[in-house]
Amino acid sequence: MSGAEAALLAASVDTGSAGRRRRWLRRYGMAALGGAVIALWALAALLAPWIAPYPSDVVNVAGRLQPPSALHWLGTDVLGRDVLTRVIFGARTSLAVGFVVVLLAGVFGSLFGAVAGYVRGWAEEALMRVTDLVFCFPPIILAMAIAAALGIGTRNTVIAMLVVWWPKFARLARSLVIGQRSAEYVAAAQAIGFGPTHILLRQIVPNAIGPLIVLITLDLGNAILVFAGLSFLGLGVVPPTPEWGSMVSEGRELVNQWWVATFPGLAILTVVIGFNFVGDGIRDWLDPHARRR
Amino acid sequence: MGIQLGCLGSIGNSPLMLRYLASRLIVAALMVLLATLAIFLISNMVPGDPVLTQLGDIAANNPEMVAQFRHKWGLDLPLWDRYWIFLTGVVHGDLGVSIGSQRPVLEDIVQYAPATVELSTIAFLLALLVGLPLGVLAAMKRDSWIDHLARTISLVGVSAPTFWLAFVMLAVFYGALEWAPGPGQISASTFPPPTVTGIMLIDAPLAGDWDTFWDAASHLVLPSIVLAASTLGLITRTTRAAMLESLSQDYIRVARAKGLTRRAIMLGHALPNALLPVVTLGGLAYAQLLTGTVLTESIFSWPGLGRYTFQSAIRLDFPAIMGITLVVAAIYVLINLLVDLSYAALDPRVSRR
Repeated sequence: MSGAEAALLAASVDTGSAGRRRRWLRRYGMAALGGAVIALWALAALLAPWIAPYPSDVVNVAGRLQPPSALHWLGTDVLGRDVLTRVIFGARTSLAVGFVVVLLAGVFGSLFGAVAGYVRGWAEEALMRVTDLVFCFPPIILAMAIAAALGIGTRNTVIAMLVVWWPKFARLARSLVIGQRSAEYVAAAQAIGFGPTHILLRQIVPNAIGPLIVLITLDLGNAILVFAGLSFLGLGVVPPTPEWGSMVSEGRELVNQWWVATFPGLAILTVVIGFNFVGDGIRDWLDPHARRR
Repeated sequence: MGIQLGCLGSIGNSPLMLRYLASRLIVAALMVLLATLAIFLISNMVPGDPVLTQLGDIAANNPEMVAQFRHKWGLDLPLWDRYWIFLTGVVHGDLGVSIGSQRPVLEDIVQYAPATVELSTIAFLLALLVGLPLGVLAAMKRDSWIDHLARTISLVGVSAPTFWLAFVMLAVFYGALEWAPGPGQISASTFPPPTVTGIMLIDAPLAGDWDTFWDAASHLVLPSIVLAASTLGLITRTTRAAMLESLSQDYIRVARAKGLTRRAIMLGHALPNALLPVVTLGGLAYAQLLTGTVLTESIFSWPGLGRYTFQSAIRLDFPAIMGITLVVAAIYVLINLLVDLSYAALDPRVSRR
């Protein structure tokens, strides 16, 4: 790929491995840091039952609202549950929802837009007007209405988010496919006699997928934020399930017991920053022009 | 460059500005109409039942009361009849009656809108007045401390959850330091000024009541900072990137070669060219602020549209949801239109093309 070649070229201009390391750190240090943060959270989510100091849903009213201590590193909440434990378990819901929403919406939206960009004509017009229509709604209002109508629960909230999430991918994919369509390799593939499905999926999509991957990565943080927001409003998970947004909501009145709401919020912040770093890093890697900036 | 904007598709194909404007207006009206149809279908096809959320359990088990409720709110009519009733109502300025508040939806919206407009406008100005200079300075002094500061602010701004930021701000500046007042639009002990516009910062001075003005202004500080955070991040980031892009162009090199001062190059050549993406983003961001106040308003007990929207959504108050959607879609379409027009003003190529 041109991005990788350019990176190699740029690296080989450097003399000495120290200089190269410094350049690499300057260029990808933040992305590596973001990747490490996400990897840590992913590990925490996977190993939650083994690394969490307490069970996630054991209520201990006698030990409620204890400040951070050696026993409870991040304190306990209104029902005396260990905040650290619930933050660790909360990573499961947040990361899973983020990935599911963005991947499903990304695949569906990209295919939708890619087909629109490839067929052109009235079919493209019709497909893109549908996209515009969904795009017109602020996602959180539509998602809220749908989530409220479907009933509270993680699955329903994910469905509501999917309904409003795909259009941005459709738009980007369409413009990318239109850009690739007039390339010579497409004409060559047509001359060889490949069918339109093969050309679109096997020839054009692999060449146009870079910016889509960037958008997907950057969007993961976004999806986690919106889901946490819906959860905060009471439209996300069903109560005993540990989830960061609803944990902040439980602690929102407890200004003096600040640890109840602060730590789950910090968890969201670190994950979202992580995905932003990684997304920026991938963008730089794919686009040598942007990298110089 | 094909410019794709909001709900309105691409711009810049018509030779005449007026014809261009007329065609955009027609498309805009059509989009608003389709948006109401879409929300109508979605809110009616999903399995939720307003009867169950409005009537208590006992009443919901009484078939007669349920039938009466359905008939009263037109829920027993076929879908298309209900949509037609809604549309004819809209033409007559009637958005129906909210099931939740039992008042005309338009009255509710008119009552709650000013507080939201006030909050989001202040937040938007804050984001613009801080974000734009910060982005320009960051690009001018790349890799300096101010660049790092700008990048940190924009990163935290776009990454921090609004509701959490609101909690932290309240805990620190209201709970611990007691520098800022708590939630609400004005203090409980303050009488609201007579309503003229519904916007406290305008109504209080009109009534000559400066104490109320300062009280309202101090109540705006925390929620507007919280609401502005992500917009501020986006504007800083976009301005910085656009400035860097425009600084790398040949015309900047030419301007430098001509011996222009750094100031003239920045303000006269680089900035005007960097403004286009910022204007697009700014317009969309303002639309999002107006409609994205759900979380901020519910935490700061702000009597605006965001809180009303949330309450309507959880109650499945269809008339209210439809009315809000119509208003929101209209705001989006209108702001997109304004963005397009300002494009034509900023970039002569758009209207001449």
